[in-house]
Amino acid sequence: MNIAAKNRSVGVPVPLVDGIEKVSGRAAYTADLAADALVGRLYRSPVSHGEITRLDVSRALALPGVVAILTGDDCPHAFGILPIAMNEFPLARGKVRYRGDPIAAIAAVDAATAEKAIDLIEAEFAELPAYYSSKAARAADAVLIHDDRPGNLEREVHHSFGDVEAGFAAADLIREDVFDCAEVSHVMMEPHAALADYDVERERLTLHSVSQVPYYVHLMLARVMEMDSSRIRVVKPFVGGGFGARTETLNFELIAGLLARKVGGKVALTLTREESFISHRGRPQTDIKLKLGMTKDGRLTAAECEVVQRGGAYAGYGIVTILYAGALLHGIYDIPAVKYDGYRTYTNLPPCGAMRGHGTVDVRHAFECMLDRMARQLGMDPFDLRRKNLLTAPMRTLNDLIVNSYGLDECMDVVEKVAGWSGRAARKTPGKGFGMACSHYVSGAAKPVHWTGEPHAVVNLKLDFDGGVTALTGAADIGQGSSTVVALSVAEVLGIDLGRISVVANDSTVTPKDNGSYSSRVTFMVGNAAIDAARNLRDVLIRAAAEKLDAAPEDIDCADEAFFVAGSDQSRLTFKEVVAAALVDTGTITVKGTYTVPPDAQGGKHRGGAVGSTMGFSYAAQVVEVTVDEELGSITVDKVWVAHDCGFAINPLAVEGQIQGSVWMGLGQALTEETVYENGLAVSGNMLDYRVPTIADSPPIDTHIVESIDPNGPFGAKEAGEGSLSGFLPALVNAVADAIGVDMDELPLTPDRVLKAVAAKARAEKAAAKMAAGR
Amino acid sequence: MARIVRLKVNGRARSDAIPDNRLLVDYLRESLRLTGTKMGCDGGECGACTVLVDGEPQLSCLTLAASVDGAEIETVEGLAVNGRLNALQRAFHEKLGSQCGFCTPGMIMSAEGLLRRKSAPDEADIRAALSGNICRCTGYVKIIEAVDAAAAALRGQPA
Repeated sequence: MNIAAKNRSVGVPVPLVDGIEKVSGRAAYTADLAADALVGRLYRSPVSHGEITRLDVSRALALPGVVAILTGDDCPHAFGILPIAMNEFPLARGKVRYRGDPIAAIAAVDAATAEKAIDLIEAEFAELPAYYSSKAARAADAVLIHDDRPGNLEREVHHSFGDVEAGFAAADLIREDVFDCAEVSHVMMEPHAALADYDVERERLTLHSVSQVPYYVHLMLARVMEMDSSRIRVVKPFVGGGFGARTETLNFELIAGLLARKVGGKVALTLTREESFISHRGRPQTDIKLKLGMTKDGRLTAAECEVVQRGGAYAGYGIVTILYAGALLHGIYDIPAVKYDGYRTYTNLPPCGAMRGHGTVDVRHAFECMLDRMARQLGMDPFDLRRKNLLTAPMRTLNDLIVNSYGLDECMDVVEKVAGWSGRAARKTPGKGFGMACSHYVSGAAKPVHWTGEPHAVVNLKLDFDGGVTALTGAADIGQGSSTVVALSVAEVLGIDLGRISVVANDSTVTPKDNGSYSSRVTFMVGNAAIDAARNLRDVLIRAAAEKLDAAPEDIDCADEAFFVAGSDQSRLTFKEVVAAALVDTGTITVKGTYTVPPDAQGGKHRGGAVGSTMGFSYAAQVVEVTVDEELGSITVDKVWVAHDCGFAINPLAVEGQIQGSVWMGLGQALTEETVYENGLAVSGNMLDYRVPTIADSPPIDTHIVESIDPNGPFGAKEAGEGSLSGFLPALVNAVADAIGVDMDELPLTPDRVLKAVAAKARAEKAAAKMAAGR
Repeated sequence: MARIVRLKVNGRARSDAIPDNRLLVDYLRESLRLTGTKMGCDGGECGACTVLVDGEPQLSCLTLAASVDGAEIETVEGLAVNGRLNALQRAFHEKLGSQCGFCTPGMIMSAEGLLRRKSAPDEADIRAALSGNICRCTGYVKIIEAVDAAAAALRGQPA
């Protein structure tokens, strides 16, 4: 709920509540806990697609030091994040679908033994044709990767809102471009790891893992291991980033559990960086055909968009990803008619999934590039053109998404000014260019993956004799600062010092269930639940204070570690005095708070209408300045100016960090990052060939926060960690167009692509000159 | 084959039998349980395992423990004094130079090596010194601010 922040616990920059552990080296991540565990290793498929005709692990099992080996025979149950699309097994059963698909798992006394045992596994395959592009997989004669998916199509989506035909008929300018965005991967710094401990006597499993969604891991462990969920404990220790890679249960987490049960003890499955790449779940290679109609004064009349995503070997989040790509054509500009056709294919590559900006990034990229190109055609300034198409909040989009707060206009005003946009012509030198773009993202998926009827978020608070408040949350802090948001929200409502509050997160035996850290849901939903819990605790304390002060509860206020009658200096109790009074007769106080998205905000009635629905959209605008070297094909990003509407910045320090991280991750995707497969082999599966930008390649990012104060956000807050990503890509491509007069339609803008485009431009100019001379 | 290797680790003299092929990172993490030093890649790609060897930043994942016999090794755990964060640790914490924290120990050790060489580094110095350390969270903006602030604090200037 949006309550005013008055105690200054929120709205001021604060270091993360778990930051000291990180800088001191005390923070324990999953692999740091593995000292006394057996070592797990995986035998992975050497072929992209085929039937397993022989699998013999007997020689490996006979190796001294090998404790257990599992194969697909030990894994009868499929898993997957979406209940309607579970088609992956922890270890392959009968068939492998990508190079690296796990086939067998070994637990041994040490790494050297486990690795030696891997080499002793004997397997033969009847290879099937393998498909590495959407086009090849969709060919009429293609073999099916999954028998129940004709045409190797996981899902197709067809949505049409408004009168598209009339929209294009009303347009003065129609443009259609085709974009090809390479597949990118999360490359969170901590490689994947899981540590499973099975207590044979009690038949209980404890799993430590790198998950962003410990609750879903818990559910899948119970399913795959045929265990009662009450016998499973899932703990998320410190996690070294995620960016979406860990928003679904991953095979290694389940394999670790199965191995631990098989050995009757503790097994650590720590994946290499290469294996972390192969586990993938990143943003799919995407083909986009986008057609926009516009009046001559820059008003959008219609949009038509076709998206094909190369999904990889298993479903994962695929259906959601292809729906997001269409849903967020809406919610940023006023477009009278929008048609969307989406196709999600199966291919013989590592499965794709959710990655920061889930499903929306490549489409936003295409859209914002097109706006720039059409502005150029119309002789309009790109800011002015966008200003012709703004929304007015509150409103409901054509596809039934609600927009309650909208700071895009202010974001544009801010970056236009700080970047000196109007004076950029004077700063232009050869090779220098400026580009801008806008973007948006959801503050939490309004419809949860599982429709259990529970609230979207629950936070528990414990207040005890010591005057300390313990906040219990299932929200997964993966570095984004969610535990800090919970602590600050509680401190603000109770008017107490942050030092009184301890946050305990992500231990399923202690903390309430949380759906996890995905779709930027935590600040909005868990923040609201924390406020609700703190208000419930404050009510208890106010009743105690009122009785003690002989005042009416409605006259009691709290701030600065005290409860008092508003306006009176005498009638005042310290926080500890109030706690002592409140504990009389009851003892330790526990309260809870919840948050539930109202049903009318959970998306439209059309098929797939839940995806994209959210209580609040964040908005962002950015300007990028580049220098392009036409001889080398290299692009230097000189500076970025960004403004992001996060509703209200609960912790401005963390908001800035999130915005900068988003912009920069967009920079990686735009300039250098792409996965490369040779016959299905992930040859870019390391951090040298997959080029994440270094500090030497990374520009200054001038970061500005815009606060539109959302009516439903916690203190007015919305998301901060994803919305600025997608705008970077088109702002960069637009800047390159400004610099060298070339429109680039393929990502990333590697030097070879730039040189190719420059050469094509030179050829076209030469041909035009020849034509002109001949005339 | 194992040999006796004499090292000073975070100020404490040690003499351990270490196999010739044992990496320094494994010795630190597994034998000494100094898990602050991280493995973020399959060798030499990310900088997360950076430690100081005789005061110079070095990748412990590409260093055989036996090859630094007689050296003084410093890890992130050795920086704090009586439980107080040192200037770089404090600046990384307060300026949010650390988000998920996984690159942080290596990042801080590389920066520590820089500040011992150069008390007033400019931005180009900081970028050069940390160019082997990948961070996936911050976009590096606040990392540069943190190193700058730590350098200023060590020089006794307000950040």
